[in-house]
Amino acid sequence: MAAIIELENISKHYSPTIIGVDNVSLTVEDGEFVTLLGPSGCGKSTLLRMIGGFETPTAGSIRLADKDVTWDPPYKREVNMVFQDYALFPHMTVGENVGYGLKVKGLGRLEIETKVHDALKLVGLFDKVKLRPQQLSGGQRQRIALARAIVREPKVLLLDEPLSALDAKLREQMQIEMKHLHEKVGITFVMVTHDQTEALVMSDRVVVMEKGRIAQQGRPQELYDHPASPYVANFIGTTNFLPGRVIRCAGERAEIEIGGGRLSAIVDAPLVAGSTVTAGCRPEKVRLLAEGETAENVLEGRVAEVIYYGLGLRLAVELADGSRVYTDSLLPDRLALSAVPPLGQSLRLAVEPHNVFVFEGEVTP
Amino acid sequence: MSHARRNLSGGMVLGIPLLWIALFMLLPYGIIVTFSFWVKKYPTFVPAFQFGNYVTLFTDPQYVLVLLRTLKISVLVSVASLLLAYPFAYWLVFRCRSAKLRTWLYMAVIAPLWVSYLLRAYVWKTILGTEGVLNSFLKSIGLIDEPSSIFLYNQFAMVVTLTYIFIPFMVMPIYTALEKIPANLTEAAADLGMGPWRSFWTVTLPLSAPGIAAGATLTFCLSFGDFIAPFLVGGPDGNLIANVIATQFGAALNWPLGSALAIVMLVVVLTIVSLSDRMERKGATGGI
Repeated sequence: MAAIIELENISKHYSPTIIGVDNVSLTVEDGEFVTLLGPSGCGKSTLLRMIGGFETPTAGSIRLADKDVTWDPPYKREVNMVFQDYALFPHMTVGENVGYGLKVKGLGRLEIETKVHDALKLVGLFDKVKLRPQQLSGGQRQRIALARAIVREPKVLLLDEPLSALDAKLREQMQIEMKHLHEKVGITFVMVTHDQTEALVMSDRVVVMEKGRIAQQGRPQELYDHPASPYVANFIGTTNFLPGRVIRCAGERAEIEIGGGRLSAIVDAPLVAGSTVTAGCRPEKVRLLAEGETAENVLEGRVAEVIYYGLGLRLAVELADGSRVYTDSLLPDRLALSAVPPLGQSLRLAVEPHNVFVFEGEVTP
Repeated sequence: MSHARRNLSGGMVLGIPLLWIALFMLLPYGIIVTFSFWVKKYPTFVPAFQFGNYVTLFTDPQYVLVLLRTLKISVLVSVASLLLAYPFAYWLVFRCRSAKLRTWLYMAVIAPLWVSYLLRAYVWKTILGTEGVLNSFLKSIGLIDEPSSIFLYNQFAMVVTLTYIFIPFMVMPIYTALEKIPANLTEAAADLGMGPWRSFWTVTLPLSAPGIAAGATLTFCLSFGDFIAPFLVGGPDGNLIANVIATQFGAALNWPLGSALAIVMLVVVLTIVSLSDRMERKGATGGI
């Protein structure tokens, strides 16, 4: 696979103190689905807008299909954008909207009509060709915006929070639909979102951004199971953070002393004994131990809070030192009301060493 | 409060304004329409029902000429206002970086509306006259030796004056229309391959059309009924309909003809207003 976008040391400094994007280098492969993920203000949208040509970087260069486009205006770039609130032209019909971007390509009327027809068919809205965008629902407008961009056969499709305006149910459905669309058309997709589920579900690769820089990038599963920093662990999924100290570290196995007990962990890099660290684990990887059952990493505490969310049960367990550990259990069977542990009940928790992350230093999430 | 009293107070809240409108707007219209069918009979005029006055208006060259002149002046004022106001409003909305400057400039356009209309028209007498600012300036830079009288007392002076007076009514609706266009629509146009010029023609201009229609309607109708500018800066061949109407009701003592002229004027203005209203409504809903 060849690189389609190459960002080299891209920065966008609005002023010496206001920094949008800070020295980001990123390569996107042809046909890939890459998501820029982060909270608002992390620079992900600015980065996308620079690829689209709506903003110019203060440093660095942007290459698109081996051509430097850093200073090209949007209308000279072979990329197209799906805007956050779709930006459909209210004074044109759906058909005119989709055909708009073909007018500059010097195609004949018939050719344009055929392409518009095909694009609308692709998103399943051909019957709406004569309507105005205002007469469509949010999900339909979203599809028209997609069709309008794809019909130009861009090298890269940019998507700026494309699903944020839709309600939860429709969003879930569109996630899958867009993933399929990506596979069907074979165009490179670069999406911006603050929704971690969206990023995990749709992308080949997720780029997590923090304060204008790339915090970590990788396949969704890599990021979820091997977060490189507490920031990533906290942003993608939920993580229990437990401050502690390294007792000893031999090979990949480390012993950590935490306030409420001891944890063994499998670590990627050796740790210095005595150093301050923060252990982390996902709530769904922490399990409740049955009476008399033994395990490697056992934590004892009392139930401080019970959260029922249909699919499962989340317990907040307070350890001896007052820190809280969340544990999730899925409920495959319908739950008897009596099976929910009452507040204050003593419990034992266990987490496998390979499910424990260890970050150096203290974390204040 | 009892029902009766509540009804009474409710009736007064609606009744007084309705009565006012009926008494001072509808009734006068009725009177003018009635007069327009009367007939002049020396020394005054007598009741009748005939269309002679209207026939005169559309056959006597002097009235046809005034009607056409008024139409021409009004169209010229609208076009001049549009050509000046649109680029200015466009610059304010899309190009002016400082919000403060934008507010100040916008206020500068609106502020003259708070000054007496008569005064604003009079100003151009001082600017364009033989002893005026323009002549002194041209003399000082040596372009002319003698003060020229070509600037004042003609149709050009009238168009300049009326454009100056009514341009705020063009700037305001266009500014509002442009401001309502979401920035991402022009971005989308650029994204879809349109250069700045084509993007303007296909997106910005059509979406600001309702503002243009509103502004053109206002400036046209206001110019069409103007009475002061012809009087102050218009000169001998500068009479507009309103002046002729005034003459018919005054010196000529021909109220029936004056009324017929007033009705013709009303019909022209109402036609323009309803056409523009339809267009604006179409624009607002995107043509649905």
